[in-house]
Order: sequence, then structure tokens, then C-alpha cells
Amino acid sequence: MRNIMEQQHHHSEEFQEKHERIWFMFIPPFVWAIHLLACYLTAAIWCAKYSGTTYNFITVRVAIGIYTLLAIAIIGSLGWIGYRRHRHLSEDLAYHDDTPLDRYRFLGLATFLLSVLSAIATLFVAAVALFFGNCN
Amino acid sequence: MDSKPANLISEQDLDSAEYRRQSAARLLKAWETPRGWRYWSAVNNSEVGMWYTVASFCFFLFGGVLALLMRIQLAVPGNTFLTADQYNQIFTMHGSVMMFLFAVPIFEAFSIMILPEMLGARDLPFPRLSAYGFYSFVIGGIFVCGSLFFDAAPKGGWFMYPPLTSSFQDDIGADIWLLGLTFIEIASIAAAIELIVGVLKCRPPGMRINLIPLYCWYILVVAGMILFAFPPLIAGDILLEMERAFDWPFFDPQRGGDPLLWQHLFWIFGHPEVYIVFLPSVALMAMMVPTFAKTPMVGYSWVVLSAVGTGFLSFGLWVHHMFTTGLPGISIGIFSAASQAVAIPTGVQLFCFLATLTAGNVKRSVCLHFIFAGLATFIIGGLTGVMVAVAPFDFQAHDTFFIVGHLHYVLIGGTIFPIMAGFYYFFPLVKGKQLSERIGRIVFWLVLIGFNITFFPMHITGLLGMPRRVFTYPADMGFDTLNLISSLGSMILAAGFVLFLYDVVRPRTKQPLSERNPWQAGTLEWLAQMPDQPWGVRTIPIIESRYPLWEQPNFVRDVDEGRFYLPDAVEGKRETLVTTVIDAEPIQCLRVGVPTFLTFFAALFTGGFFIFATYHWWLAAIISGLIAIGVILTWVWTGTAEIPEKETKDVGLGLSLPLYISGPNAVGWWAMFITMTADITAFVSLIFGYFFYWTIHEDFPPQPVQGPGVFWPVTGMVLLMIAYGLTWLSRHWNRAGYTSAFYLSLSLAVVFSLAGTCALLAGPWLTGLNPTTHVYPAIVWVLTGWTALHVILGVIMQLYCLARRAAGKMTNQWDADIVNVSLYWHFLALTVAMTVGVIAGFPSVS
Repeated sequence: MRNIMEQQHHHSEEFQEKHERIWFMFIPPFVWAIHLLACYLTAAIWCAKYSGTTYNFITVRVAIGIYTLLAIAIIGSLGWIGYRRHRHLSEDLAYHDDTPLDRYRFLGLATFLLSVLSAIATLFVAAVALFFGNCN
Repeated sequence: MDSKPANLISEQDLDSAEYRRQSAARLLKAWETPRGWRYWSAVNNSEVGMWYTVASFCFFLFGGVLALLMRIQLAVPGNTFLTADQYNQIFTMHGSVMMFLFAVPIFEAFSIMILPEMLGARDLPFPRLSAYGFYSFVIGGIFVCGSLFFDAAPKGGWFMYPPLTSSFQDDIGADIWLLGLTFIEIASIAAAIELIVGVLKCRPPGMRINLIPLYCWYILVVAGMILFAFPPLIAGDILLEMERAFDWPFFDPQRGGDPLLWQHLFWIFGHPEVYIVFLPSVALMAMMVPTFAKTPMVGYSWVVLSAVGTGFLSFGLWVHHMFTTGLPGISIGIFSAASQAVAIPTGVQLFCFLATLTAGNVKRSVCLHFIFAGLATFIIGGLTGVMVAVAPFDFQAHDTFFIVGHLHYVLIGGTIFPIMAGFYYFFPLVKGKQLSERIGRIVFWLVLIGFNITFFPMHITGLLGMPRRVFTYPADMGFDTLNLISSLGSMILAAGFVLFLYDVVRPRTKQPLSERNPWQAGTLEWLAQMPDQPWGVRTIPIIESRYPLWEQPNFVRDVDEGRFYLPDAVEGKRETLVTTVIDAEPIQCLRVGVPTFLTFFAALFTGGFFIFATYHWWLAAIISGLIAIGVILTWVWTGTAEIPEKETKDVGLGLSLPLYISGPNAVGWWAMFITMTADITAFVSLIFGYFFYWTIHEDFPPQPVQGPGVFWPVTGMVLLMIAYGLTWLSRHWNRAGYTSAFYLSLSLAVVFSLAGTCALLAGPWLTGLNPTTHVYPAIVWVLTGWTALHVILGVIMQLYCLARRAAGKMTNQWDADIVNVSLYWHFLALTVAMTVGVIAGFPSVS
């Protein structure tokens, strides 16, 4: 315990509030939202403007595929950063003390959990492109 | 983990009963509630929150009576109790009242009342804004509800779909809905701003972001949702009212409009709305469950994940209300997938609650009864929700009574049961006395049984094919018995609420005061004495855990003896602490607003603007609006950014804090930022409208493009960007002490702003765009008009800063006014650039 306390003290500079960004944890769901909108708008505009033309629907599928790869890459990297912060310095997963380290690790876990949720929701949306071969 | 003792005031002082008595008396004097007729000038959260709660509960009862009338009408086939027209008015008002006058306001009302206590703060940062929101709510609510008694109520459903509410309703009802509820939405946004800044900036020292009560996380999420959900509806209201009042054809297909745009804008609001009313009730449960389980919440981080995740995902579901409008299958699939995904975080929260109850040593009470009922009912509603999120099932169930059953299970299970639990739980904080557990058990069973008898048969009625929104039905179609059962159930449900109402309002003079912290809860609001004092908290404590009353030794004693921050009110001012967003480090001693009637008059005349406009009494509306602006300016002039008599103040425990700050650390800056976030969301919704028309109409923009051209919009943009730059420079020069340069640049900014506005309006004007002929000129005029109106507001702000500087109320050191105004101009510049890019740029490239 004493060792942990010393570590916390040692790292107090590292966990100063000025280095922290609360909106960091909101980025994964925000990426999900952008992905959803991109998929929806691409499909809606293509179906309204081009579905009667010779362009193939595969364009929409490829576009959704690219959006999904990008989204998962961003969400995945944020999730990994969050996970690293969550496990920072300790194997002890309970942290509800009034220390900067506990706050730092909490925000890491929140980012990680939101990344997992966002990744699942993104893949849910992307799966639609696997099943739909045309607008209807 | 002993609480830290004060060292500014000596221990001897603190141990002196006489000193404690005097400091408490000074504090009470500063926070005293006005008496007599001046009582209504109170702005303190405890008063305003209570009025707000009572008012929204009254609207709930009104909406409930309307529901009973509907159930009487539907009890038997071919009933003539109500006419079709009366029924349409009643069901429209039932939905509108329950959504806009109960479900959202009750959360805001309750949060205004309880949040400062939960945060160990004296009050929220803008008490006058709360009062303004309350009065706006009451005036707007009475106006909308009153229409029913004059046979003038809206009758197009609470969703107000055009063309039912445009081409087919000539009377005033739809206007009352659109303008009355827009007014109320503004009040909701005002409350949301107050709550967000309250949670982020008015936490007690030590309450880091990982220690805040879960209720606060939910408030942050829900208030944030309001900022992004309500503005699209306001944008839709503007478009629909423009069509109704001035014949601008936004939803008229004959002239290029499209009714589906309304559905998009409405449901971008309407679906998150379900979660806006549901999440606060979950928040109430998140406070009650640990108390009754006598153990901290299991999976705090998971609950935070769920609150934030649900908040985001709920925005991706709006199209699932539009599955049968003929959208492409792939669009339906995308939103069906998102609708399924939202079940994940919703389920996680419920599992965390169940885990906490399982892990703890549960104490039985009526509150817990309602919580269990809420969980069970919501799960049933959630399951039918997943069913209707599956598009093929939705095609069958759409617009049948199945949906009515589903939505009432979600809303009553998810919202009303937890709110009733909240009433029983928090009643002692408001009245100092408890509600009766004995009566409560009867209420519980009446409500639970009545609710299920009313709404469960509706699922079957719907599957048998009974459409919703019909005022009667023929006999022998299989609906008779089920409807009769539903109607009988509604009477039992109503009896439960009547008994509940009796318990709430019955005289309690003989009932003894409740013991302090009657549920042995661990969170700060239960520091309250019985009856509670108006000061919010005796002294602002230092927090070291999520449940300080359970885990911090001698905590209550130290608070009572004034051993923390701000134990006194030496100058007789109302003060609270402002802290940093993440770690809650104290950074300011904030002086908050004192009682005034200005907020009432501001709301009255703002209401006058909307109400007179409803009747097209334009002159009266404009005069009322101008008086409202005058009152609001007086309020801001006399009550904000006041230069203090000294720079810093000792707040106790050896800490000295500034009395005035400006910039990103200040609460005013945050309020402006948040307000403008909502404002820009409404604007983006209008831009969405422009591109929506482009997507579905071949002739949008019409070829050849009729206007507004490129020259005048770009000229307007250049002039306004110069005005923006000058405003920014004036802030800089003011701080640098170049007074003359400040006056010159800000005065020039006013000139350039007005010139830019004229140039911007010249585009559609000189190219002869007539907004009644086609949707293209109409939407161009709306975007230009929106921007022009915002520039006029920007000019008023610039003139205000010039006047403040001239009057000595703003200096180079005390510069919050110009800092906030230049922040407004950042958003305004963005608005101008987007408007010009769309109206002048897009026709060139499309």
C-alpha cells in the first residue's frame, strides 16, 4: 500500500488536471455518430439521386466499408489508450478515492467502455451493408 | 480520512457556540426567503425548484384527466361522450402536456431543487435564469392548456404532422402548439444550461469527476441531450409556423416542399426525448438503490458508460419512427441496427442496479416497491421496443394500439414509477416530513394493478388491428371487451393517483418532523436539517468519497459547525464556490443573484411576444418583445459581472479566492458557450432542411438559379468578418488598456455589422426571391433571416459593452462582458460563413 501511495505522489505532476480532457471519453460515441450519419447520408443520397442510373450499388457498400474501417480504427485506438490508462500502475481495479491517479484511471475505463460500446454499435450499423444489395 | 479543520478561523472561535450562532444568523439573513407578496420574487433554488415541481405535477394531473376522458370515450363502441373534434383536441393535448409540460420539466424542476444540495453548493450559478425558466414554463403551459377550454386546442396529434397541421387546419390550435411550446422549449434549454454549468463548475472541493453522484452524470448527459435535441424541433417549429402564418411552402409538395422534413426534424427531437425523460428517472433510481441496499453502487463506471452511451445512441434512432414512410430499405436497416444497439447500455444500467440490490442488505420501503415496479415495467416496454425496432414487425404494428401500450410501458415504467419513488424518497427534504408508508403501499398496488390492466390489453387490441388516434370503433370487431378492461383499469390507476395526491397535500401540522437523513443515505443532499434551511448547505464541505456521509468521519458534525468553506456571510452577499471541471479545485467565490421581479417580467413579456404572435397581432408582439429585451438588459446590467469591492475573499481553511473571473474559467463564459452550442444546432437543422430538399427534388436549386447570387452574400460575409475581427480586437485592446482603441474598434464593429446585415439581406431582396412561390426562395430567406437576426443580437451586445465601459461597469481588468460577447461572435462568424457558403456557394457547385 505504501508503495502505491509513493507512486501516486511521484506521479501527481503527471496527472494534473491541466493535462486532462474530459471530452476525450466522448470521442468514441461521437465517431459512432459520424459513422451512422455518413452511412445514412451516403445511402439516402445514392438512393435518391443515382439508384436509377447505371452506377452499381456496390459503390455504397464499398463506401460503408471504408467508413467502418476508419471508424473502427479510431475507436479501437482510443479504446486501447483508455485501457492502458485504466490499468496504469496497478492491478487493483477499484478506484474511488480522492486522488488524481484514481480520476485518471476512471476516465481511462470510461473511455475504454465507451469504445467497446461504440465499436459494437458501429459494427451493427455496418452489418446492414452486408445484407442489402440494393436500396430496397 | 478526517475532515480537514478550518485554520482561518481559530479552533476557539469554531468551538464557541456564540460565534457559530452569529455566523449562521448572518448566513441565514443573506439567504432569507422574501416574505409576503415579495415571496414570488424569490430566485433561490429551493423555492423555484419547488414551484417548478408543483407546477409540472399539476400539469401531469391535467394530462391525466384528459387521459381519463379518452378512456371513457373508448370504453364502449360507438360512444358519443366526445365528438371526434373534441377527442382530437384531447389526445393532442394529453400527449403534448405529458411530454412538454410534465416529463421534461419535472426532471429540470427536481434537479433545480435538489442538485445544489447534492453538490454541497449554496445554489446553482444562475438562480435568476431558473426563475425566468419557471415563469416562462408556467405562462406558456397555461396558454397552451387554456386553449382547450375555448375549443381552440391543437388537434393534429402531439407530433403535429403536416399537412394535417398546415393545409387542413385553419384555426388557431396548431399555432398555439407551435408558438406556445417553442416558448416552453426555450425555458427547457435555459434550465439545461443552468444544470450543466452547475454540475461542471459548482461542485464541492475534492469532488473529482470520478466521485460525483451518478445523478450528476445523468444530468450532464440529459441536459447535453436537450441542447442537441430541442433545437431541431425549434427549427421545425419556425418552418411550420412560417408556412402557417406567411404561406412559405416548406411542407407543401405543390411548391417544392416536403412534409417528411417535418418528420425528420420532429423525430430528431422526438426520439432522444424518450431518453431525456427516461434517464433522469434512472438517475433517481441510481441515488435510491444504494441507499436501500446500504451499499455503494456496483459498477459505477459501467453506469456512467450506460448513461453516456444511451445518450449518444438515442440520437441514432429517429428514423425508426418513420419506417412506414417509404424510405429506402437500407436506410431502415441502418436505423433498425442502431435501435437494437441502444438496448445494450440500457440493459447494463438495469443489471448494475440489480447487482447492487443483490450485493446489499435491502431495506423494504414504498420507494423500493416503485423502483422494482419501474424496472419490471420498463423491461417489458423495452422488449416490445426491440420488437418494433425490427422493421417487418413495425410495418404490422405501426399506428395501432400496440404502440400505445408499448410507449406507456416505457414511459410509465421508465419515468413515472421512479418519479413516484422519488417523491416518497425526497419529500422529507422539501417538507421536513415523510409521506405515509401505509398509504403509499395502497397507492403502489392501485397504480401498479391499474396501470397493467389499462395498458397490457392495448398490446392485444393493437395486434387485433385497432388503430390508434381513432375516437371510436364499431362493435364486434374484437375490440369491445379489451377496451372496456383498459378503461376500467384507468379508473383504478386514477384512484391510485388521487390517493397519492391526498397524501402529498394533506395537512401535516400534527405530524412530527422527520428525523434527519431518514433513509440513512450516504450522499450530500441528506446533510439537510429538518426542516431545511434556505442556505443550501451550512458550509461547503471537502469531499473525499462518493458517499461522504457514510465514509468521512465526523462529516456531519464538521458541516454543522461550519468547519469547511464559506461558513459565514460577512458582507451579507449570497455566495457559493466555483471549482474546476475535472478535479473540482476551488477557483472563485461566486456571488449569485438575489431576489427580483425582473425575471417574472422578462418571462411575462417574452411570453407576450409568442402569445400575441400566435394571434398575428404583430404590433403588440413586437412591443412585447422589445419590452422583454429591455427587461432582460436591465436584469443583465444590474445583476451580472458586477465589479466587486475587493479582488479576493477569504473563504475559510486559509484559502483566498477571487470574487470575479472572466474567460473559460467563469460560469458566464460556459453559459454563453453552451447557449451557442444549442443555437448552432438549430441553425444546422435549417441547413439540413436546405440539403434535404436538394436530395429529394431534382429542381432544387431551380435552374437557372434565381438568387441570391454571389456578390451580395459574399460582400455581407466580408463586412461581417471584419466586424468579427474588430470585436475580437476590441476585447484584446480593452484588456491591454488601450481604451480609445477599444471604443473605436467596437464602434466600427457595430457599423460593419449593420452594413454586413444589409448586404446579406440585399442578396435575396435584389434578386427578387419571393418566399411564397417555392421552397427554394423560402429556405434561402430563412437562412438569411436567421443570420441577420443573430447579427442584430450581436450588435445589441456590442452596444451593451460600449455602454458598460462608458459607465465604468467594465474595465480592462473586469472584462467578462466583452470576453463573452467575443465568444458569441465566434459562433456568429461560423453561422455567417455557413449561410453564405450554402446560399451563394452551393448553387454554383450543385
